[in-house]
Amino acid sequence: MATPRTAHDVDDHPTSLTRRSFTTCAAAAAAGWILTACGPKRLYDVSRERLRELVGDVEREYSATYGKDVTVSAAGPQPGVLFGYALDISRCTGCRRCVYACVEENNQSRDPQVHWIRVLQMDKEHGVDFAHADQYYEPAQVPEEGKFYVPVSCQQCRDAPCTKVCPTGATWAEKDGIVVIDYDWCIGCRCCMSACPYGARHFNWKAPSVAATDVNPHMHYLGNRPRPKGVVEKCTFCIQRVREGRYPACVEVCPVGARKFGNLLDPDSEIRYIIEHERVMVLKEELNTMPKFFYFYGT
Amino acid sequence: MTTLHAFLAFTRSSGRLVLRGDVLYWSWIGLLLLLIASGLAAYVDQLRVGLSLTAMRDPVSWAFYIGNFTFMVGVAAAAVVLVIPAYVYDWKPIREVVIIGELLAVSAILICLLFVMVDLGRPERFWHLIPGVGLLNFPRSVMAWDVIVLNLYLLINLVVVTHVVFSAFRGRHYSLRLVYPLVLLSIPMAIAIHTVTAFLYSGMASRPYWNASILAPQFLASAFSSGPAILLVVLQLLRRFTDFEIKDEAIGKIAELMAYAIFLNLFFHGAEVFKEYYSNTEHSLYTRYWFEGIGTHTTLVPYAWTAVGLQLLALVLFIVPAARRNSVTLNVGAVATYAGGYIEKGMGLIIPGFTPDTLGEIYEYSPTMHELRVAAGVFAIGFLVFTFLLRVAVPILLGQVRLAGTGTQALE
Repeated sequence: MATPRTAHDVDDHPTSLTRRSFTTCAAAAAAGWILTACGPKRLYDVSRERLRELVGDVEREYSATYGKDVTVSAAGPQPGVLFGYALDISRCTGCRRCVYACVEENNQSRDPQVHWIRVLQMDKEHGVDFAHADQYYEPAQVPEEGKFYVPVSCQQCRDAPCTKVCPTGATWAEKDGIVVIDYDWCIGCRCCMSACPYGARHFNWKAPSVAATDVNPHMHYLGNRPRPKGVVEKCTFCIQRVREGRYPACVEVCPVGARKFGNLLDPDSEIRYIIEHERVMVLKEELNTMPKFFYFYGT
Repeated sequence: MTTLHAFLAFTRSSGRLVLRGDVLYWSWIGLLLLLIASGLAAYVDQLRVGLSLTAMRDPVSWAFYIGNFTFMVGVAAAAVVLVIPAYVYDWKPIREVVIIGELLAVSAILICLLFVMVDLGRPERFWHLIPGVGLLNFPRSVMAWDVIVLNLYLLINLVVVTHVVFSAFRGRHYSLRLVYPLVLLSIPMAIAIHTVTAFLYSGMASRPYWNASILAPQFLASAFSSGPAILLVVLQLLRRFTDFEIKDEAIGKIAELMAYAIFLNLFFHGAEVFKEYYSNTEHSLYTRYWFEGIGTHTTLVPYAWTAVGLQLLALVLFIVPAARRNSVTLNVGAVATYAGGYIEKGMGLIIPGFTPDTLGEIYEYSPTMHELRVAAGVFAIGFLVFTFLLRVAVPILLGQVRLAGTGTQALE
């Protein structure tokens, strides 16, 4: 406040004031240090040892909550790996098995329902056109005449608008290209949802619920571990699987083999073959987000 | 130590002033307290259950709360309309009412910050934004810029009004060396808070409705019309209920400035509407949703046309000099400007930006009772603070309340 201190005040008690201000400063510095060093922190910044400790804590907590052995992996990105995804639009039949495999694998809330993959039904005569897309199609049988299907989830952009806008740095791209969220650091402001051109981010409007029997106990700290109410979540290419050399759940479950996954830096990978030999496109390329999710027409 | 003692006496006197009032005053306070209680109860529910109590969902992830926030940023910024002529051109009649504009800015920023707080999914983690303890994603995130400029603007205005009122309380003239630079600084700051808030939206390429370079000028124009509209009414109320002297000239000048702002605001909107409708691309869908609806989805259409109608009415009333001078038409115009701007920002800026969403889904948003209660509570807190600030500032500035032992002193 603008209360000008006169020289008189200072001259009267030089020692006590100095001591007091010193103590105050020291206490403030100590409190600041304790908060920064020991308090909760962005998982991005904590050391590997501290991370393993934290992950051990949550492992015990989840095991107790769900009454089963939960493992929470802290596996980091492998050097020389940049994950890429490809989806064959000409094969996809719109069966949505990927949607539900994703829900089960990633412990998405069953009530209210959260889906990280949304399958859009589009008219062949319009082409890829979001204005005429329908994600709530319910025919007796898919695929329907005159329609095709475009499943959309996180495009794992190289220049991700969501990470740029986040005011607390609670979301970032890992070295292997996976865009992740720190559920313990997110303040729930939803800037990322406004910025995402692919509707790939989902907010926990109320506490997510997954029955203990349905919980997938194989977790990663940046992936499918249970999310609290009031934070944003998203597809992580099944980080808990792919960092162990497995395919994402949606790739495994796809009955027509429309989904492909691999290391973009490996010249012999299937994903590189597709990019080099097929007719490839990305969604909303004019926005310059540079997705690592490629759509192609294989047949 | 004398300053500290004087300040303590100032705080005590302020407390006494706030607790003194007639039936009208206490009914007003009572009404506000009722609204605050209802808002608080709704907010506690929201903390317990989650934001699912609002009508917001993934497709429309920001709505009424953030719309209100945006509108109030404009009201706060509008204090500058008064500050510029008063200090830059040294125009006396307005100079006396600058302090009222600044008190309004303080209350408006408080409302803004509260609207952001009630919109957060994890409000208890707001400290994550504090650099050092937390992490402020500066300069990449425009939201980080907004946090900085809003708090700085609040601080500047708080320092100025506290210093000015406290000086008056001690029977001294405020220090020009302190006030002048701060008031000058508050001019670019007022523009900055609104510009940065506009950039928060217009920087998002994913939402074509906001991704327009005209958004920041449009924000300023609408702010400079709706902010002074409140002041016009407040100043007249002050004139009626206190000894505060406000010249007709000052009110006339504010009304004149508003006429420009209302015209510019409508012109900018017209420019945007022309671009959308004449080019007729897929991106005009959002503007269409606001003005005509899409198919059977027409929730916002009545809001849109009400806003247009009110702003046109305001334009006519403010542009005709005779209507501007007549106190009845002036007040009708002020209310129309305020209501028109409020609807345009509260409902017309955020929601059509999200409808349809980025994948083409149309989710029709309309605020729930819960959201209305929380919002009313937030506004009531702001009005309560504004009432208290006026309650303290006016008698002190008028010299009716003084620190004991200080006579009416000559200026320093």
